[in-house]
Amino acid sequence: MDRVQIVSVLLVALLLGAIFQLIRKNRLLEQYSLLWILSAGILLIMSLWRDLLHKISALAGIYYPPSALFLLAILCGIMIALHFSVVISKLTKQNHTLAQEMAILKQELQEIKKKG
Amino acid sequence: MSRLKKILAVVPAFNEEGSIAGVVKELRQIAPPPDVLVVNDGSTDQTEQEARSVPCAVVTLPINLGIGGAVQTGFKYAAYHDYDIAVQVDGDGQHIASEIPVLLKKMETSRADVVIGSRFIEKKGYTTSWIRRMGVAVFTGVNSLVLGQKITDNTSGFRAYNRRAIAFLSENYPQDYPEPESVILLGINGFQLEEVSVQMREREHGQSSISAARSVYYMVKVLLAIFVDLFKVRICH
Repeated sequence: MDRVQIVSVLLVALLLGAIFQLIRKNRLLEQYSLLWILSAGILLIMSLWRDLLHKISALAGIYYPPSALFLLAILCGIMIALHFSVVISKLTKQNHTLAQEMAILKQELQEIKKKG
Repeated sequence: MSRLKKILAVVPAFNEEGSIAGVVKELRQIAPPPDVLVVNDGSTDQTEQEARSVPCAVVTLPINLGIGGAVQTGFKYAAYHDYDIAVQVDGDGQHIASEIPVLLKKMETSRADVVIGSRFIEKKGYTTSWIRRMGVAVFTGVNSLVLGQKITDNTSGFRAYNRRAIAFLSENYPQDYPEPESVILLGINGFQLEEVSVQMREREHGQSSISAARSVYYMVKVLLAIFVDLFKVRICH
């Protein structure tokens, strides 16, 4: 292993450790951790398995194999950001619905109290 | 004649303490007086207290959802309380209550699901900036192209909806600047739209949700939303 490999393996291991710790402490729900684990897994494989990284680089016409690693890392980041946008959109909709239903029920409750 | 229709006037209000009580009082003067619902969209002023001082139901949203979320709350309320017709009226006093029977009459005679009160069918010379006139023309053009029907006043928030439209919109209503977009949404989902000429006042209090400077941003945003709507999965109803 040369130095760049050691650095990238260490960093990915750190990331994986942090993810597992967050799940263990219930601060990260499993459904939102899957993409993180998947991304870290891909990066770990690429860092350890140099031949694969070299082959992929050659296939994609990337002269400097570590660049392929950066590219993969960026793609993983974009994927995760997109996933979060979807999650936020869903939460916003649910939030709206909750506020609306709650307001309508509160009004009805006040009416019932007034009459009763 | 069939049984009397249950009619609800929905008044979305965000910081309209100066006009809201007057709007409700005016609505209650129509014969027969409709039930009035004020949707207080998380106002930070005395809108809620003002609305409670007059005969109407007040639903106060715990957070400010914007005009789309507020109007949608009205549709949900109308569906939940089993109303036949919901009439949307602005909380700023811009719309004239005595024009509501005009909307309702058109709904009865035309078999429309939605009747829009339009300022522009008869040219009465409303004082608007050229940029807003251009916006109006663009919306009319786009919506005519998509729907094959000319809607002259796409930004009008003075509308009557029947049961079918209420049920649909309580589940699907655009959020930011909902009026032009909802025209498209209703049209492509098979709802019958009609327009009828009405008069409107110049605004009494507050200012329009669309200032002249933001008109272009508004237009681009709504056009983009309309464009996206065309590719959305059609909602079954």
